[in-house]
Amino acid sequence: MGELTTLWGNLPVWSQVLLWDLVKIVAIVAPLMLSVAYLTFAERKVIGYMQVRIGPNRVGPRGWLQPIADGVKLLLKEIIVPSGANKALFIAAPVLALLPALVAWAVVPFTSTLVLANVNAGLLFVLAVTSMGVYGVVIAGWASNSKYAFLGSLRSAAQIVAYEIAMGFALVGVLMAAGTLNLRQIALDQAGGFWHWLFLPLFPLFLVYFISGVAETNRAPFDVAEGESEIVAGFHVEYSGMTFALFFLAEYANMILLSALTAILFLGGWLPPFDFAPFTWVPPLGWFLLKVSVILFLYLWLRATFPRYRYDQIMRLGWKVLIPVTLVWLGVMGFVMFYTPWAFLFYR
Amino acid sequence: MTFESAIFYFFAAVLLGSAAMVVTIRNPVKSALFLVLAFVSAACLWMLLKAEFLAIVLVLVYVGAVMVLFLFVVMMIDVNLAVLRQGFGDYLPVGGLVAVLMVVEIALAVGPKQFAADHLAHAAANAAHPHYSNTRALGLLLYTTYVYPFEIAAVILLVAIIAAIALTMRRRPDTKYQDPARQVEVRAKDRMRIVKMRAEPKA
Repeated sequence: MGELTTLWGNLPVWSQVLLWDLVKIVAIVAPLMLSVAYLTFAERKVIGYMQVRIGPNRVGPRGWLQPIADGVKLLLKEIIVPSGANKALFIAAPVLALLPALVAWAVVPFTSTLVLANVNAGLLFVLAVTSMGVYGVVIAGWASNSKYAFLGSLRSAAQIVAYEIAMGFALVGVLMAAGTLNLRQIALDQAGGFWHWLFLPLFPLFLVYFISGVAETNRAPFDVAEGESEIVAGFHVEYSGMTFALFFLAEYANMILLSALTAILFLGGWLPPFDFAPFTWVPPLGWFLLKVSVILFLYLWLRATFPRYRYDQIMRLGWKVLIPVTLVWLGVMGFVMFYTPWAFLFYR
Repeated sequence: MTFESAIFYFFAAVLLGSAAMVVTIRNPVKSALFLVLAFVSAACLWMLLKAEFLAIVLVLVYVGAVMVLFLFVVMMIDVNLAVLRQGFGDYLPVGGLVAVLMVVEIALAVGPKQFAADHLAHAAANAAHPHYSNTRALGLLLYTTYVYPFEIAAVILLVAIIAAIALTMRRRPDTKYQDPARQVEVRAKDRMRIVKMRAEPKA
């Protein structure tokens, strides 16, 4: 042990920082990947029960080892590159899909002290990084040299551009109410009970953000990019084995990320709903995970409930419903905050 | 060489390399992807300069939105490079002149004169402040000192959007489309009648 500490002390400072950051990154990514694995299991179970089935129950006790078995199976399968495909881009696409979903976690605060990088422009950073996720889908569709995959990626590109605008405008409302881009500060501003959480004054924006989040992650009912019944499996139809698994991981990691952001921006993050005894006993991380889980359940519930939107309906909803709703509500907020005595409703 | 300057040279090399690839590579989709790489490395360079707002907005707007639409278009249309390359020699003098002019203009605008150390001393002193927020400083400047140029630029962009839509929009009376308002208004009782009857005839 003593040798180790002297070895550590002899390292240059930048490599100490680098190693320590690497440890922290592993401490975030490893549990995240585990949650992704078990989210797939939860999804199959929840949808199973909603459809009066049992869901996976054969592998391990009550099916608990199912995601591990799935992972091992996908790891061992052969990766097939279609003829005429652009090999480098074909392999790079799933990586490009997964990377942004993991990078964005760098600025997500789990509690007021548990955050990898507490940066000032955290919200913008998340928005910018998640907007890069679409490249995985677009490049996958193009590099596959397949019409189905190509159609899927075109749909995805149009959809993500449309919903990103709605999402960005919803976040402008959060910025107006919180007055900061720092995610930790936004959550801390909502302290003092659930009536201070931003989802109440920003309710229309909360709905728009959640719906755009479902659309951005290509989840049902907005999953036209894969649309099994129309274009087989869309952008990842040519992928197999681990390359396919990476797309899967990216989708679920994005779901968890957007749920965490919804919890931080609108539902008070790690703060308890009431600021007195039994509620403050639960550790902050517990509240955070609980809120994230509830929102994730909503994602699964939506998938089990709604049929897939048609492409033109998706475009209509994004451009003609969600964006006008956010614009009107931003106007209302601005007017109330600057010209009426009720500014306290939005800004503390 | 410090760690920071090593990072700088790495991203600068990637930026120059990818920018050169944008204009030399034959495949238009790959060219667009190299442009994305150029934007990302430029954003990283700005991040090194502590201009985090500009860096993030570059990624958000250009990488996240503009280039996605650009790729969308480039992937759909079949670009014939042989036609594009016709008359390369004829256009070279004019194009070269424009390129030289642009380089000179950029050098004049962002050359060492404006960004010399003594000009930036004041800014560096501000940035050293622990609670200094680049985003806030930029926002304050944009919406106070430069509010008129900013708003005029916004109006010009709006005019461009409306002009582009007006030029490309066609009203096609022959296409069928649904009216969502009427779809929502539909009630079951308008469309069908439920008749109650016994499952089996009376014995």
